[in-house]
Amino acid sequence: MTLAEAPLVLMLIGLTAYAVLGGADFGAAFWQLGGRSRARRDHAYEAMGPVWEANHVWLVFVLTVCWTAYPEAFASIFSTLTIPLFVAGLGIVLRGTAYAVHAGTAREIERRSVDAVFSLSSILTPFALGAAIGGIASGRVPVGNAEGDLLTSWVNPTSFAVGVVAVVTGAYLAAVYLAGDAARAGRDDLVAAFRMRALAAGAVAGATALTGLVVVSLDAERLRDGLFGPPALLAVIGSGVAGLGTLELVRRRRFEAARYLASAAVAAIVVGWALAQRPELLPGLTVEEAAAGRPTLLATVVGVALGALVVVPSLVLLFGLVLRGRFDREAARTGMERRSIAATSRPRPLLGAALLALAVGLPLTVLPAGGPVQAVGVVALLAFVALGSVALGSAAARADAG
Amino acid sequence: MGNDDLGTLRRFARRRPIRRTNVTVLVLAAAAPFAPVDQEYLFEARQMQALSFAVHIPLVCFGIAFPAFVLFMEGLWLRTGDPVYRTIAKRWSKVMLALFAVGVVTGTILSFELGLLWPSFMATFGEVFGLGFTLEGFSFFVEAIFIAIYVYGWDRLSPRAHFATGVPVAIAGFTGSLMVISVNAWMNNPSGFALEGGRVTDVEPLAALFGNDYLWHELVHMYLAAYIVAGFLTAGVYAWAWLRGRRGRYERVALVVPLTVAAVASPVQIVVGDWAAREVAREQPVKLAALEGLHETEEGAPVHLLGWYDGEEVRYGIELPQLLSLLASHDPGARVEGLEEVPADERPPVNVVRVAFQTMVGIGFALAAISLVYLVVWLRRRRLPRSRWFYRALVAAGPLSVVALVAGWVTTEVGRQPWVVYGHMRTEEAVTGADGIPVGYASLVLVYAGLLIAVAWILRRLARAPVEVAAGPRGVAPLLSGGTRPDERELPE
Repeated sequence: MTLAEAPLVLMLIGLTAYAVLGGADFGAAFWQLGGRSRARRDHAYEAMGPVWEANHVWLVFVLTVCWTAYPEAFASIFSTLTIPLFVAGLGIVLRGTAYAVHAGTAREIERRSVDAVFSLSSILTPFALGAAIGGIASGRVPVGNAEGDLLTSWVNPTSFAVGVVAVVTGAYLAAVYLAGDAARAGRDDLVAAFRMRALAAGAVAGATALTGLVVVSLDAERLRDGLFGPPALLAVIGSGVAGLGTLELVRRRRFEAARYLASAAVAAIVVGWALAQRPELLPGLTVEEAAAGRPTLLATVVGVALGALVVVPSLVLLFGLVLRGRFDREAARTGMERRSIAATSRPRPLLGAALLALAVGLPLTVLPAGGPVQAVGVVALLAFVALGSVALGSAAARADAG
Repeated sequence: MGNDDLGTLRRFARRRPIRRTNVTVLVLAAAAPFAPVDQEYLFEARQMQALSFAVHIPLVCFGIAFPAFVLFMEGLWLRTGDPVYRTIAKRWSKVMLALFAVGVVTGTILSFELGLLWPSFMATFGEVFGLGFTLEGFSFFVEAIFIAIYVYGWDRLSPRAHFATGVPVAIAGFTGSLMVISVNAWMNNPSGFALEGGRVTDVEPLAALFGNDYLWHELVHMYLAAYIVAGFLTAGVYAWAWLRGRRGRYERVALVVPLTVAAVASPVQIVVGDWAAREVAREQPVKLAALEGLHETEEGAPVHLLGWYDGEEVRYGIELPQLLSLLASHDPGARVEGLEEVPADERPPVNVVRVAFQTMVGIGFALAAISLVYLVVWLRRRRLPRSRWFYRALVAAGPLSVVALVAGWVTTEVGRQPWVVYGHMRTEEAVTGADGIPVGYASLVLVYAGLLIAVAWILRRLARAPVEVAAGPRGVAPLLSGGTRPDERELPE
């Protein structure tokens, strides 16, 4: 791996995470479509509630690394695939809004209409994103500002196949995860419902993936040659084997293991695609040619590594809490009294510090034009805002108590 | 490293003597795949981008400031044991989560639009500024992760652990705005690269983003604005309740905390704004000239309140002599460059910028005045003002602060025109070659109209849920603190 390829590897990791986690969130909404069982729909909402926003950030991560490290490729992709990507963007807005609104629904009719928007946008978005990926994979995005065909770049057999695979895979992953969550919560009725759905969706996903391979071979010559070459073929076969293994695990009700193996199956597809297309990012544009200059690539890789130091433990914490059932409805505990501290109010020293900060900050901000002295002044002013708000705010809130 | 040298260099670079003819465009098109294209709907593309920002930025204010408000309330609960604080914190955290969800998706649209609408900008300069957004992505991760733990963690984590999980949300609000504004500051005052034949070379991404003097005043100005907007909007809700007769302790506490923050920040914002104006005067003299509508370079330049710029001078305005020079360099006789210094096609649309600027400043002073009334009454009498007019003003202050916020962004972004990268790339050179911008614009308007209705609906729903000032989980707290008197537990209905 060269430095020029390093950000691409990061993007593929991000894309896999988005497909596995975000894809499952889309899939959870898929199962709400037309679902008559209120319990099932609630279960899907509750399962994704704490995680969908974090899962969504993977998409943003992929985009930002792409436009930093491979700016021309990013611009070519977005200007040619403008329609499916814009549709996906609108789908994301509708979905997020429906999610936010869902918390306030009371009557069944409200609930049903919100669910409908939620489900439809959750099918539309992965399909549109998949169609865009199909356009890239089948070599329909030339380098340049909207140089490709705005329509056939995504209305074509490969795009359609990838779009369908994206939707079905998400539904499959979601069913596996939801069955696992239900098992943890001890909801046998839900376990049965989602296990059955997982088995069915798994079979459909396998069939769709195989059909997709045939479609791609007929439609995209270059991609076919890549996919059936040694390294990519290994990934494709690996994905198939992992997929079959997941089905067997679901059948045996070993949902936690299935969760991880299913994710591996999806990851293998992403890796296979990348290997098949190597070394080209877009037709006539290799990864090396598309890559930004060395300082930018280095800064990106180092920046992501530093960011990962913060984000990976945070994600582990979040998913640990979720998977251990700490956010489940039943987990609300009542034994959490707080140690009552005698109301020692200290507004005066705080207020004094705030006024001191103001006395320093005001002249130092107003008088100099730039330079470190002014910087000190601005920091002092901000300190005034923070200290003053805390001192006055807590005093005012408490003064009111009597 | 003299900033003035850089500024002079840029101004030289900006004056490109030859306009491109069609022939050169063709030659360039063959050479560079992202040469300028003919886009009939450039204006609509800009409107679409502006609409997306105008919807997103007020939500960002809640992303930045609201976690701090919620934590403040929870902190008061931890210190005093008074359950009213916990009730407010818990209720607000639901609003915070709903608004964050909408902020997430409207922010995503923005990142899509960078590629959908401005591909040539991204292709040419992505490697210079893109890192800012990559790093912002990590703030976004932290925010999304901990906001979920915080909101879903009520009653499930120990009180201290719960409070601690909210802290990263507030910090990420700051680092996130730092990263995004570093990009905007770079667009307004670009550096850290060289251009050769339409391609960037010698890119120094860190210097471009964080070695930029322009970053700091934009950041501080926006960060304070977030607290002011969220503070006045939240206080306005409870001022409305006050006017409707709901004056229980719950409403009073929920009013007084955000109001205090906004009231402390608003007067400071004027000082910060003055600092920002001086930076603009130094780095973007054309923008400063547009703020006032100053056509000719002058010593002791005036400011005109209101009025209209007719292409040569401001008509029907109230002249305040020498004020512009005073603002620009704190010297009433200082020389201020006029619009005439650059060719007509390098000037921003003056009246848009002027009106937006004066709107922002006018509202800013009004907000500071309301703030001072509150602070003086509180410091002298230890109580809230009693006049109904004060509460009416507070109800108005929320929406007005949003107007000021958007007007401020219009000032700086329309004032940047016709450049997308100041002095280097014109907006028309950045735009997509794809068709269908009006269709996209219309769909976005429809979807966002639906979004605004949905947000209004959910906020009303959350506000109407009965207030239950129950004790903390054990039911002991009110006994310890004296807590809520039964007659004050008014249910809003």
